[in-house]
Amino acid sequence: MKRLKSMMAVLSAVSLLGAAGAAQAGATLDAVKKKGFVQCGVSDGLPGFSYVDAQGKYLGIDVDVCRAVAAAVFGDADKVKYSPLTAKERFTALQSGEVDVLSRNTTWTSSRDSAMGLNFTGVTYYDGQGFLVNKSLGVSSAKELDGATVCIQAGTTTELNLSDYFRANNHTYTPITYDTSDESAKSLESGRCDVLTSDQSQLYAQRIKLAKPDDYVVLPEVISKEPLGPLVRQGDEEWFDIVRWTLFAMLNAEELGVDSKNVEQMAKAAKNPDVARLLGAEGEYGKDLKLPRDWVVQIVKQVGNYGEVFERNIGSGSELKIERGLNALWNQGGVQYAPPVR
Amino acid sequence: MDTHVFKPDQPAPALSVGPLGWLRANLFSGWFNTLLTLLGLYLVWQIVPPLIDWAFIEADWRGETRADCSREGACWVFVGERFGQFMYGFYPQDQRWRVDLAVLLAVVGAAPLFVAAFRHKLRYGLAFLLVYPLLAWWLLHGGFLGLIAVPTSQWGGLMLTLVIAAVGIAGALPLGILLALGRRSDLPAIKVLCVTFIEFWRGVPLITVLFMSSVMLPLFLPEGMNLDKLLRAMLMVILFEAAYIAEVVRGGLQAIPKGQYEAAQAMGLGYWRMMGLVVLPQALKLVIPGIVNTFIALFKDTSLVIIIGLFDFLNSIKRATADPAWLGMSTEGYVFAAVVYWIFCFGISRYSQRLERRLETGHRH
Amino acid sequence: MPVATSPGRRGSLLSDPQARAWIFQVVAVAAVVAFGWFLFHNTQANLQHRGITSGFGFLDNAAGFGITQHLIDYSESDSYGRVFWVGLLNTLLVSVIGIILATVLGFVLGIARLSSNWLIRQLATAYIEVFRNIPPLLQIFFWYFAVIGPLPGPRDSLSLGNLIFLNNRGVQMPAPSASEAYGPFMLALLAALVLVVLLSRWARARRLATGERFPVFWSSLALVVAIPGACVLLFGSPVNWSVPELQRFNIRGGWVVIPELVSIVMALAIYTAAFIGETVRSGIQAVSGGQTEAAASLGLRHGQVLRLVVIPQALRVIVPPLTSQYLNLTKNSSLAAAIGYPDMVSLFAGTVLNQTGQAIETMAITMSVYLAISLSISLLMNAYNARIALVER
Repeated sequence: MKRLKSMMAVLSAVSLLGAAGAAQAGATLDAVKKKGFVQCGVSDGLPGFSYVDAQGKYLGIDVDVCRAVAAAVFGDADKVKYSPLTAKERFTALQSGEVDVLSRNTTWTSSRDSAMGLNFTGVTYYDGQGFLVNKSLGVSSAKELDGATVCIQAGTTTELNLSDYFRANNHTYTPITYDTSDESAKSLESGRCDVLTSDQSQLYAQRIKLAKPDDYVVLPEVISKEPLGPLVRQGDEEWFDIVRWTLFAMLNAEELGVDSKNVEQMAKAAKNPDVARLLGAEGEYGKDLKLPRDWVVQIVKQVGNYGEVFERNIGSGSELKIERGLNALWNQGGVQYAPPVR
Repeated sequence: MDTHVFKPDQPAPALSVGPLGWLRANLFSGWFNTLLTLLGLYLVWQIVPPLIDWAFIEADWRGETRADCSREGACWVFVGERFGQFMYGFYPQDQRWRVDLAVLLAVVGAAPLFVAAFRHKLRYGLAFLLVYPLLAWWLLHGGFLGLIAVPTSQWGGLMLTLVIAAVGIAGALPLGILLALGRRSDLPAIKVLCVTFIEFWRGVPLITVLFMSSVMLPLFLPEGMNLDKLLRAMLMVILFEAAYIAEVVRGGLQAIPKGQYEAAQAMGLGYWRMMGLVVLPQALKLVIPGIVNTFIALFKDTSLVIIIGLFDFLNSIKRATADPAWLGMSTEGYVFAAVVYWIFCFGISRYSQRLERRLETGHRH
Repeated sequence: MPVATSPGRRGSLLSDPQARAWIFQVVAVAAVVAFGWFLFHNTQANLQHRGITSGFGFLDNAAGFGITQHLIDYSESDSYGRVFWVGLLNTLLVSVIGIILATVLGFVLGIARLSSNWLIRQLATAYIEVFRNIPPLLQIFFWYFAVIGPLPGPRDSLSLGNLIFLNNRGVQMPAPSASEAYGPFMLALLAALVLVVLLSRWARARRLATGERFPVFWSSLALVVAIPGACVLLFGSPVNWSVPELQRFNIRGGWVVIPELVSIVMALAIYTAAFIGETVRSGIQAVSGGQTEAAASLGLRHGQVLRLVVIPQALRVIVPPLTSQYLNLTKNSSLAAAIGYPDMVSLFAGTVLNQTGQAIETMAITMSVYLAISLSISLLMNAYNARIALVER
């Protein structure tokens, strides 16, 4: 019986060890520093937001948020590993700790912020849901869509908004739900559905993926508010602050006229105290966040300020050519507004 | 005395021997059969010439872009242009020789096992099974001994499909045999555990477990502990197929007459030696077709990893057909995929039939 | 010769087979329990630590999204619990239609494999070897993207007399609905069936008594056609037809079979039929030739030989692998998720999981459903096997 007892003792010890490991709250920052990279959940292919180019490199505004976080933590924007996630997979991947940040054009809603155990850190893009239709249907307004067949992506807020909108207008529709945006686009093209609905930014991105983008038009109606932003898990304030302030830093940099070209120069000779605080010439604001002193310098130098990132990926410097609109800074007619570094 | 001289035999009626006879016996033996034959001929006529026309005669073979697809038939330019991606996924161009080398080593290394005259198959096979995976890991993943690391997220195409299938087979067979032994065990607790395991995995669709592995497994593990996505998928494939292998092997175990067990025990063999030396060799031989069928199923099942976003062979083709530069190439892409999968599956099944005939020792009951 | 150590003295526990068996089992069970507890504990800790809601309360919340195909009434304000039923029924729909088609096609193939006609034999072999060696998912994609995708849109549908339309939105056909004459019609049909039963009883009794045959089949057919037919003439058609009509976007009205359903049913039926064909062939081959000859020498006609002697024996071999093919088809119907057909996996383990974020609960429910289906079929199978085995000995 002795052997048996000792065996049982070993077994229970093993399981206790495992349990102890689980109960210990590991701070995300420490884990990230230890493994040497940020694991970032991104979309599985959306031009301008996150997509893979022919060389297998990730590009896009969502990708740049991840790169900025890596620049802030490591001083090297390339220390990121990407997990392409479908809309269905994204939340569980973050909840379960598979990714450290989820930056995947995700709409900020109350239930996602609370019941799912996630925290949105800010808004990278203020969006709204719209419709993309073939011009040949002769539709000029979403009000004329009664009876249409609509393609949507599974597990999104757009699925819910769509049904609200049609119900509110007493219209009927047939939803066709796909897992990936590629499939929805393909179905619109083949005529399986009349309308593709999604966040407007995505519609522009989808449109350039079609064979004849000019045959399709985005309808003027915007039927919902879709603030898109990065998320982290609840319960790790330190990491939450880092991701949140990374975005704020990029916005502040734009507001203060700091960009990737002049940042090093300005860091050396900052006259404006706001700029000096932002770039670490004054105060210990980086240290408070457990980041290096030059964290903002690295973000802006390697990734750019918000305006640069916007223009490069989805604005005038890209194929999408989306206007700043709501996403202009607050002092230029938009709603992008970051608290000051102080 | 007159001897009776037989007349020479009449030749058989022209309609019952030779090609005509064959035709009559096999194709036109009655009105019903004639009708069937005509129907069959019509079917063949409807399917085969247009198919050949589409796939070969009217097809485009040369070119670089969509614009070169000018003729009526298939446009194989698409497959040619994307061939590298279909085979290797995003594996870096200049490192692809490593994949080729790994495949070559596998073929060369495994070749002696297929030579009937080679004596030390068991020893050699075990050594190969121990050495090759390490070698393959070094070649494919690298990161040490002079090869740069290629993370599994860049693996893709046919290469990924083969990796999943090979690991799946290598893992599922031993686990499946153990489970089958457990299910036939006299120890009630072991039996219950094995039955539960087998019935669970056989009862649920593979895509639900793959999906679970992709999004939920980390919730079950201690915080901070993470398994590679590919590794998780492989683990699920192994567990899933092991349950099926277990059922096949159980069939073989049941077919071994009790006398064999008793004789082995009478010779003083313990459980493991009885199983390893007497029962399993006979049982496995009996169920080779079943095991091979499971392997074929496993090979086909690897295509399901598309559901969790891995870029296997099928997914790389599907992605390529969504490329706006190559719109309308779905048929070509899927036909190419079908041909490749078919060659593998059909090849394996033919080989198993040969093996079965060779191992046939006439001990059929 | 050295004295053998008696088994009772050294390593007493491990060399006693019974004790060893016990230890082995206890260790195995303990390991499994510890592992399960380890997983459970981690999950619990993870959920709590991250503030993720758990429990099944979400099933009562309103779903809020639309579904392409629902066999029961469903609207956006219905609960997630109702979504579950919609998904389950859609899964069963694919399975049932697929099983019927695959069985018919499979039996034809199996018989064709044994045909005395060389060409038919070869064609059946070619079919089986081609389709069983291509992954079902690929076949689904092929049907969906390469066959149905390129069909014309609703406005240029291929139509059959403006009643049945085929386009890339699927197949639209007239749908019947009950009219006032429906009740009388059903009554008439019932009456006809009762008469048929009575007639065949009487014919059988007469045959046993006098040996005279009565043309039961033809007279039954006449009854079944004539009585309800007279009813239609009297009261009018028992159903109203709603005919599909082209509207601004779609063809509306009538029954619509969505292309996702067509693709998945076609692919699965064709794939599974290849396996069923082989099963049927081996089942028929397993009946020895002596049986056929013996039956023939008893004076049974060809049809009777098949019906009374060969098929009952072949079924004994065919049914167990056939059921496992049915199970495979049911499980393969989960591949529907890949083309957006709203089945159990795509709807419940997909959309609902994502809208609620409750991965563990939704996956557990989904897996239990499949497990319940396959376990109940297994149980039925075992019962069937037990019955067959009794007949055999």
